Amino acid sequence: MAAVCPTTRSTMGWAKPLKKLLYALPAPAFWLGVWQLSALWVDQRVGGRGNELLLPYPASVLNALLSLVGTGAFWGTVLASLGRVAAGLAVGVLLGALLAVLTCALPWADRLFSPAIRVVRAAPVASFILLVLLWTGRNAVPAVIAALMVVPVVWDSLSRGIQAVDRKLLELAQAYRFPWGRTVRLIYLPSLRPHILSALTTATGLAWKSGVAAEVLCLPQPSLGHQIYYTKYYLDIPELFAWTAVTVALSMALERVLRICLTRQSGRWGT
Amino acid sequence: MILCKDLCISFGDRAVMDRFSLQIPERGVTALSGPSGCGKTTLLRVLAGLERRQYGTTQGPAPQETAILFQDDRLLPWRTVAQHLTDVLPRDRRSLVPALLALAELEGEEATYPAALSGGMGRRLALARCLALDAKLYLLDEPFAGVDLPRALRILERLKDLPAPVVLVSHEESVLSHADHVIQLDGPPLKRC
Repeated sequence: MAAVCPTTRSTMGWAKPLKKLLYALPAPAFWLGVWQLSALWVDQRVGGRGNELLLPYPASVLNALLSLVGTGAFWGTVLASLGRVAAGLAVGVLLGALLAVLTCALPWADRLFSPAIRVVRAAPVASFILLVLLWTGRNAVPAVIAALMVVPVVWDSLSRGIQAVDRKLLELAQAYRFPWGRTVRLIYLPSLRPHILSALTTATGLAWKSGVAAEVLCLPQPSLGHQIYYTKYYLDIPELFAWTAVTVALSMALERVLRICLTRQSGRWGT
Repeated sequence: MILCKDLCISFGDRAVMDRFSLQIPERGVTALSGPSGCGKTTLLRVLAGLERRQYGTTQGPAPQETAILFQDDRLLPWRTVAQHLTDVLPRDRRSLVPALLALAELEGEEATYPAALSGGMGRRLALARCLALDAKLYLLDEPFAGVDLPRALRILERLKDLPAPVVLVSHEESVLSHADHVIQLDGPPLKRC
C-alpha cells in the first residue's frame, strides 16, 4: 500500500472544509445577488431616498450592522433579548414536556389540558401580548409570550413521540424488571430524541418571533424589539434590516447550539 | 416440575390454546418444537407472565423469577454491547459481564453498538442479556436464529450448565437432538404430539 505523504495529507485536510464551503456558499450568494439586483431596480425606479425607505442595498445594511456592533449598547440589547427569549424557551420547553407526559399518562389530564393547549395554539399572539401586558410588567411580557407560544409546539411533538415509543421495548423493560427511572433513561429519552430535536428547532424560531413581537409592542428596555420599533419610527430601514439580521442570527445560533448538544451522541450509534 | 394445566387462550375468534396441559422438567434444557404459529411463543409468554390466560393454571417459578428472550432481539441502538449487560445486572453482579460475553462468544465487542453487529451477533447479545438476569427459569424463543450451527451447539452446551432450567423454542434438528428433553407440539390450538 502506498504511503500518504504529509503534503497530500495536509491537502486532504483542507479539501473537506473547502468542499463544505463550496457546497454551502451558492444559495446565500444567489439570494444576496437577488437582493442586490432588486435594490438596484428600486434605485432606478424610485430614485432619491427610495433605497433607504423601501429596499436598502446589502452594503448599506452591512454598514448599519457594523456601526451597531461597534457600540456597547448593542451587546447589552442583544444579551437582554437573548435572556428573555432563552428564559421563555426554557420555561416553555419544560412546561410543554411536563404537559406531554401528563396528558399521555393520565386520561383525565388529557381531557383537562389538551383543549386548553389547543386554544393557546390557535389564539392570536397579539391578544396574548396585550393581556399579559395588562397582567404583568412590560419586562416580563416577551418571556411569558415566548413560553406560551412554545408550550403547544413542544407538547404536540413530545406527545406524538411518547405515543410512538416502541411498545416492544417497553415490554422488554417490563419483562426485565427495569425500574421506571431506568425505563425513562434507557428507552423513553433516547426514543424521544428526534422529537425533542424537532420540537426545539421549531420552538426556538417561534420563541424569537413571538418574543421580539412582544418587545415591539411592549417596548421593554433594552431590547431588540425596542430598537426595531424605533427604526420604524425614524424610517431607518437599513437599521431595521440590520436588527432583523441580528435576530435571525441569534435564533439560528441558539438552534444550532441546541441541535449540537442533542445530536452529538446519536452520531455514534450508527443508526 | 413446571406445569401448565388446562390453559385456554384465544385472540379474537382464534383459539391458540384450548385446555392445553404440559409438564416441563425442572432441570436441563428442554426444547419445544412445532410448526410456525402453533402457539409456542404464546406458551413462553404465558410462563413469563406477559400473556394473560383466560383459563387454566401454571405451576413453577413466578413470572418475576423468569427471564424471557423474545423472538426479536429488542436491542437498544443507543447502548453498547457491554451496556446492554450492565443495564440488567445489579451493581454487585456486574463482574459477570466478561463471563456472559464469553458464553455468547462476543468477547472484544464490548464497545460496539448494535448497528455494527451482524444478525447472529445481535441474537447472541440478546441471549447474553437475558441470561444476565438472575432467574429461576429461562425462556428462550429461537435463541439461535441467525447463529451458525457449530457456535449454536457450543452455546447450547453452556446453557446446560446454568443453575436454572432452560426452555427454548427451536426448529433446528441439530439443536433439538442436543437438548436434554424435546417436546413436540402441534396446533393451533396448541397440543402435544
